[in-house]
Amino acid sequence: MGQTRLLLLGLLLLATFPWVVPNFYVTLGSSALVWAMFALSLQLLVGVTGLVSLGHGAFFGLAAYALYFVTPEGGRLSIFLTLPLAIAVAGVAALVIGALSLRTRGFFFLMVTLAFAQMVFFLFHDTDIGGGADGVFVGRPALELFGVAIPTDKHNRGLVGYYVNLALLAAMYLALAWLLRSLFGRVLSGIRINEHRMRALGYDTYRYKLLAFVIAGALAGVAGHQWVMNDGFVNPELVGWHRSAEALLMILIGGLGVLYGPILGAIAWTALGEISQLITDRQLLVQGLFILAVVLVLPQGLAGIRLWRRKAAESTA
Amino acid sequence: MSQAVLETRALTRSFGGLTAVAQVALTLVIGELHAVIGPNGAGKSTLINLLSGDLRPSSGQILIDGASVGGLPAHRLARLGIGRSYQKTNILKSLPALENVRLAAQARHGGGRRLFQTARGARDLVALAEAALARVGLASASDRPAGQLSHGEQRQLEIAMTLATEPRALLLDEPLAGMGPEETERMVTLLRQLAADHAVLLVEHDMDVVFAVADRLTVMVDGRVIASGPPEMIRSSAAVREAYLGEATA
Repeated sequence: MGQTRLLLLGLLLLATFPWVVPNFYVTLGSSALVWAMFALSLQLLVGVTGLVSLGHGAFFGLAAYALYFVTPEGGRLSIFLTLPLAIAVAGVAALVIGALSLRTRGFFFLMVTLAFAQMVFFLFHDTDIGGGADGVFVGRPALELFGVAIPTDKHNRGLVGYYVNLALLAAMYLALAWLLRSLFGRVLSGIRINEHRMRALGYDTYRYKLLAFVIAGALAGVAGHQWVMNDGFVNPELVGWHRSAEALLMILIGGLGVLYGPILGAIAWTALGEISQLITDRQLLVQGLFILAVVLVLPQGLAGIRLWRRKAAESTA
Repeated sequence: MSQAVLETRALTRSFGGLTAVAQVALTLVIGELHAVIGPNGAGKSTLINLLSGDLRPSSGQILIDGASVGGLPAHRLARLGIGRSYQKTNILKSLPALENVRLAAQARHGGGRRLFQTARGARDLVALAEAALARVGLASASDRPAGQLSHGEQRQLEIAMTLATEPRALLLDEPLAGMGPEETERMVTLLRQLAADHAVLLVEHDMDVVFAVADRLTVMVDGRVIASGPPEMIRSSAAVREAYLGEATA
């Protein structure tokens, strides 16, 4: 299959990337991988189920803050403890927020998810529980299991973190690819295409959408966890609606129709931010024009670019 | 045998000041094809929307197997054995025909623990879908996107989807609209077969078809039932002629 080969090639490129670039770009690549995970988790809602949420950052940020609350000051906890915790916190938050916001549809759903995310934002921004508006340092999770640890220090931390991110991104991609092939995934596609029909067939679409929302939220928690592992820092910005909107942009740039779209989008978006910073002071202008160009020229996003002609593109993602 | 699958008592639905369905009493029985006829705006589609749960009744009762179900949402009624087709074709246009029907079969058989089985591995659902497609005469179209089928084929597809949910009561809202003569003939045969082991409610404008297949007719005008009985009785009813049939056969 051509697509599998392309994906493996992409994985290979990402795996060799740290060896061919200076250290600074490893850090940058690492954060691109975190955004890729975040946008990928949102794709389950936007591209698959047809739910456009503007509150996805809440789950990313809550997972990051959860680490702050459990990590002792100056200490570190094992990733095998913190990662499940981050997933659980984000998942439970998604269950609560999803259960309420999924009672609305379309534009109202967008606004209600935004409202919930803003509530979380102001909770951290206007109170001292998480370091207030300035944010606070958090001990990075350690790669440690039963006393056996991969030692990390300032010098190799970036590289190790990069590969942890890459491994988690690959795992998340495989999990979602499998999910889309399951009976559950087919229902989600059906809901995106014609929810009314699905209900008339006997599907309780609310419950399907809620489960998708919880899974997407939990996966956003993985990304939030990795943010802390990379940066060792949390602030209310993580929860803000800018994050959620940026993830939507990444999906739009990369492609709505395929699972790897958000990954392409996140990498392109990070690279674009870097390049535009080098060539101009008007970074946002360059980014804006780029988005405009993609939307006008590539309706299926970067994933829609064909380097050679392929036999009938797959119609189901 | 003659236990009513679906029954309504004084079923009423108003939209603001307009009463679209007023005090309708109707009984659907397995083995009987019950046709509802009436001029445009008589409330036939609203009646079906009430029975399928797409609309909630303003007052009155809907009973399935004698138990009141009025106000339940569409997906619950579907699970209780009510299947429907829509007047305006309602399918998943970007998916292949087979996947449309497979999703319908999955609604009946693919819940619970099976949800995380791969769709390709669920051979039984594909087999059920293929059988339903064959039954409506669409076996050769299974791989084509539903939106690319002809209008008549899309109507057939929707009936296949309805069948694949294995309903006991079928609510068909003008299933023959837009079908060619050959397709119509096939559907009439299918309707007869279905009536043998389903309770069928048929809303249809083609009077030749209605009188050919119906075991029982109900005539609605302005939301009210003005007559109900065997086809011969309806055909000879003066009130019906005056209100409806006269203008239709003229």
